Amino acid sequence: MNQVFKRPKSLKYVQSHFCPGCQHGSAHRLVAEALDDLGLSAITIGVASVGCSVFLYEYFDIDVIESPHGRAPAVATGAKRARPDRIIFTYQGDGDLAAIGMSEIIHASNRGEDITVIFVNNTTFGMTGGQMAPTTLSGQKTSTSPYGRDISKDGSPFKMAELLSNFDGVAFSARVALNTPKNVLLAKNAILNSFRYQVERKGFAFVEVLAACPTNWGVTPLKANERVAQDLIPYFPLGIFKNTAEF
Amino acid sequence: MQSGKLFIKGNEAVALAAIEAGCVHYFGYPITPQSEIPEYLARELPKIGGQFLQAESETAAINMLLGASATGVRSMTSSSGPGISLMQEGISYMAGSELPGVIVDVMRSGPGLGGIDASQADYFQATHGGGHGGYHIIVLAPCSVQEMYDLTMLAFDLSDIYRIPAMVLADAVIGQMKESIVAHPRPATLLPEKSWAVRGKEEGQSQNIVKSLQLGDGEMEAFHWKMHARYQSLSLNECRWEEYLTSDAELIVTAFGSAARIAKSAVEMARDSGLKIGLMRPISLYPFPQAAYRSLSERCKNFLDIELSTGQMINDVKLSVARDTEVFFYGRPPGTGSLPDPEELFQHIKSTLWQLPVQV
Repeated sequence: MNQVFKRPKSLKYVQSHFCPGCQHGSAHRLVAEALDDLGLSAITIGVASVGCSVFLYEYFDIDVIESPHGRAPAVATGAKRARPDRIIFTYQGDGDLAAIGMSEIIHASNRGEDITVIFVNNTTFGMTGGQMAPTTLSGQKTSTSPYGRDISKDGSPFKMAELLSNFDGVAFSARVALNTPKNVLLAKNAILNSFRYQVERKGFAFVEVLAACPTNWGVTPLKANERVAQDLIPYFPLGIFKNTAEF
Repeated sequence: MQSGKLFIKGNEAVALAAIEAGCVHYFGYPITPQSEIPEYLARELPKIGGQFLQAESETAAINMLLGASATGVRSMTSSSGPGISLMQEGISYMAGSELPGVIVDVMRSGPGLGGIDASQADYFQATHGGGHGGYHIIVLAPCSVQEMYDLTMLAFDLSDIYRIPAMVLADAVIGQMKESIVAHPRPATLLPEKSWAVRGKEEGQSQNIVKSLQLGDGEMEAFHWKMHARYQSLSLNECRWEEYLTSDAELIVTAFGSAARIAKSAVEMARDSGLKIGLMRPISLYPFPQAAYRSLSERCKNFLDIELSTGQMINDVKLSVARDTEVFFYGRPPGTGSLPDPEELFQHIKSTLWQLPVQV
């Protein structure tokens, strides 16, 4: 019998702490599949960030550095400069990357650091209980925007994939989603490519993954998935914003 | 390497020693009065295949140090007051992750933007865990360009051996002045294997994780007691100090770094005029040489603590000496025009002596 579906070797056989319907699990799986497909796990160092993604080392069977909040691109820079022969990726949420870590991501990407950044955007601070993030949509209610995000005082949500694509140092920038099987396949391809860039030493690669957070959005997993299509994708369009190499 | 006798600035001696110590990864951000360190390394590291990176902030610099150090290489950063404050987050994470790494702090005056003159007012920040969570780092205080070289090299070894970040705590005087030094090769210290470093997990190897998050029952407490034991071992084995003319001293002047250097001249002036004055200069500020102070205070009951601040190290001196010891204080808080000269300290030594009870 031909086995068509199995746990990627780069993931451990453990239960996750993620909430029902959370798409961190899917994002983890796609990253692990990419490491498996390219045969990279033995030379890869993951950089975990602060938030729901901090437990990267519990799920990935690879070496991991845990970074201070938002500083993962700086930590990854240090690791890559010290070990240019290793594959280094960061895995960051929207609070981590686009709020406290905005400076680090801007500068690491502009320097063209040879690293991969997986940016999971679920429009909220997940781990601390659903507060407003820099990517929270206009009108979205969170525990710190109880009347809905007011762009006249909070500003508009950052479109990170588009923003970073403007820098010369960025070789690849894409936004994907995990709400449909088709989008999952597109996401897998983008994540795979983001690691190919690093293997070929072609520069900084960035993949923004739109992800559902049913718990903090206060909806069921199915409704959360619908919200990705109805609310998130219209504001955060999917696509590849920069692609400087063909594989 | 550049060996033999050299006539260089204190900051250059730091850079030279770092390279000799095998540190070819430097991450930093410009700030006076330490910029000669990144400038020297920006010029020299590319020639030997090293990595010099000017970070976007001191916050990024310390995290680059964290990332490089986690992979097992020797790595360094340097800064001064305002930048060192920004680095406290990363230093706390490094302490919590048991990561080695060398941080050079060429102290300037503060608080806030302060000024660029020599200061010793960051003693508390350096020695008592400047960041959150309760930890210590190794702190070494040079008082000459030669010691800038020697202690930078030592900082790398101690940091690797104990898996604790190490700081070279200098100041603008020591960093900026030029002296002749002897640049010696790296000592053949036996260093532990960095089996904890993240390098990529080969098939069959166990996973290496560099982290500070501890959520399991009792895990965090166990970590603190483990580190406490390591700090005690530092205290027992790694205290360093210099005693000068203390054996018959009736008053022992104590100071570190540039203040100790000025104080030493004042002690010599006092000796020339027949006064029995000695000098106790702690070289390691953490671990603080408590036992050495204690043993000196069994013999001499009068200390005069001199600092370029309103008094910070004096707390550690008072905790170290025997209870019946009198600890006097003379301080010149930092700032332009506030650096005391030997004559001023000599006059103060004399006036302190006059306050002492007459020996019968």
